[in-house]
Amino acid sequence: MKGATIMAVGRDFAIRRLHSLLGVIPVGLFLVQHLVVNHFATGGAESFNKAAHFMESLPFRLVLETFVIYLPLLFHAVYGLYIAFQAKNNTTRYGYFRNWMFTLQRVSGVITLIFVAWHVWETRVQAAFGADVNFSMMEDILSNPFMVAFYLIGVLSTVFHFANGLWSFFVSWGLTVSPRSQRISTYVTLGVFIALSIVSVRTIFAFIQ
Amino acid sequence: MKFKITRQDNPDTPSYVEEFEIPHRPNMNVISALMEIRRNPVNSKGEATTPVSWEMNCLEEVCGACSMIINGKPRQSCTALVDKLEQPITLEPMKTFPVVRDLSIDRSRMFDALKKVKAWIPIDGTYDLGPGPRMPETKRQWAYELSKCMTCGVCLEACPNVNSKSEFIGPAPLSQVRLFNAHPTGEMNKAERLNAIMDDGGLANCGNSQNCVQSCPKGIPLTTSIAALNRDTTFQSFKNFFGSDR
Ligand code: HEM
Ligand code: SF4
Ligand code: FES
Repeated sequence: MKGATIMAVGRDFAIRRLHSLLGVIPVGLFLVQHLVVNHFATGGAESFNKAAHFMESLPFRLVLETFVIYLPLLFHAVYGLYIAFQAKNNTTRYGYFRNWMFTLQRVSGVITLIFVAWHVWETRVQAAFGADVNFSMMEDILSNPFMVAFYLIGVLSTVFHFANGLWSFFVSWGLTVSPRSQRISTYVTLGVFIALSIVSVRTIFAFIQ
Repeated sequence: MKFKITRQDNPDTPSYVEEFEIPHRPNMNVISALMEIRRNPVNSKGEATTPVSWEMNCLEEVCGACSMIINGKPRQSCTALVDKLEQPITLEPMKTFPVVRDLSIDRSRMFDALKKVKAWIPIDGTYDLGPGPRMPETKRQWAYELSKCMTCGVCLEACPNVNSKSEFIGPAPLSQVRLFNAHPTGEMNKAERLNAIMDDGGLANCGNSQNCVQSCPKGIPLTTSIAALNRDTTFQSFKNFFGSDR
C-alpha cells in the first residue's frame, strides 16, 4: 500500500495551501492586530502614540516584522497576483453571489497590494529613514482629502479581502463542507467585515479634525 | 423563429455569426430547430449555406453530448424548449473546449481527467474476490446523486478558473473522486485518487466561485464534493508528509 500512496504530487497543492494559510496566519492576524491597535487614535494623540510606541519597542522588531509580515505578505501577494490574473472573470454571464465574491476577492487583492505598498512606503520606510511614525504624521497625511479617499478605499478593500478570504479559507481546508455550514460562514464573515470596517473607519476619522 | 448561431468552419479558422429564420412548430427544441436548418440550409438573407454541425446522442439529457451555450447559458440543447427561450435564440459552442466545427466541441480533456483521477473501482484480478462490503443506505442516496454526472462539460464552461491560462481539470472529475472514494470497495484506493487530485491542475486550483453547482443540469452538489475533498486532502497531505500506516 505504501508504494501506491507515495506518488509524485506536484507543487501546486502545497503552494496553494501555503498561500491560503499565510493569508490568515500570520498576515490576517497581523491585520486585525494592526487595526485594533490603531483604534487607540480615537482616544486622542497621546493614547495612539503610547500604543504605537509600545509596538515599536517590541524586542527583535525587525525579525518579527520580517517573518510575521514582510515575507508572508510578499509571498501571498506575488502568488495572489498570479492566481488573480489566471482567472477569467465571468460575472456578466454568471451573476451569482459567490461568483461576485470570487471576482471581488481578486479585485480587492490588487487594490490592497497598491494600497499596502504605498502605506508601507509612507510610514515604515520613512521611519527607517528617521521619520517618527506618530499621530501627527497620520494627521498630516489625512489632511489631504484625496488621501482620505485613498485610505478609505484601501482599508475597506483590505478588510473585505480578509473577511471574504476567511470564508474561502474555511472551504479550502475543508472546515465548512455542507451548504448550510458555508451559508452560516457567509454571515459570520460578513460580521467580521462589518466589525473591522467600523473599527478602521473610526480610526481614519480620528485623524481628521 | 430567429436563430443567431456562432459558426466556425475549422478548428483553427475564425468564428462568425450566421442568422437563420425557420417556421415555428409546437414543442420544438433547439435540436429539432437545428434539424430544420439542416433540411434547408438557407440563412436569413436567403443565401444558401452549409448545414450547422452539432452533436447529439440520447436526446433525453443523460449523455451530455449536445451541450452548447443557449442564450448565454451553457446547457443541453435536447432539453432546451424553443417556446421557453427568448428570441432571437443565440447558439454558441462551449469555447472552453476546442471547437471542431460550428457547435461541435471536443470534450476529450474531461475523459482524460477521469483517467487521471482513476474514476473507477479496480476489481479485476486472478481470482474471484467475492461480494464486496455493503454500502449504508444514507450514503448510497447522496452517492447516487454524484453518479448522475454525464461529463457534459457545463461546469467546466461556467468555471472562471478553467481556461487556457490554467491547467485546472475542473469540478466534474473532482466530484467523481468523491463518488468512488465513497464506495466501500472503491475506498480501498482512496489515497491514490486523493494524490491524483493533489497533483498540478488539481483540486487546489478551485477558487470557490461556485458557478459549477449553480450550472450543473443534474443538480450535483459539486461544491460540497470539493469542500469534502479539501478536508480529505488536508489529512492525506499530513499522511504523505509524516508517514502513516493507514
Ligand atoms: C492584508 C493583506 C492580505 C490578507 C490579510 C489576505 C488574506 C487572504 C485570505 C485569508 C485569503 C483566503 C485564502 C483561501 O482562499 O483559502 C486570500 C485569498 C486570496 N488573496 Fe489575499 N490577502 C492579503 C493580500 C493580498 C494581496 C496583496 C493579493 C494580491 C493580488 C492577494 C490575492 C489573493 C487572491 C487572488 C486570493 C484567492 C486565492 C484562491 O482563490 O485560491 N491577497 N487572501
Ligand atoms: S458535474 Fe454536472 S455540469 Fe459537470 S459535467 Fe457532470 S453533469 Fe455536467
Ligand atoms: S443528446 Fe444527450 S444530453 Fe442532449
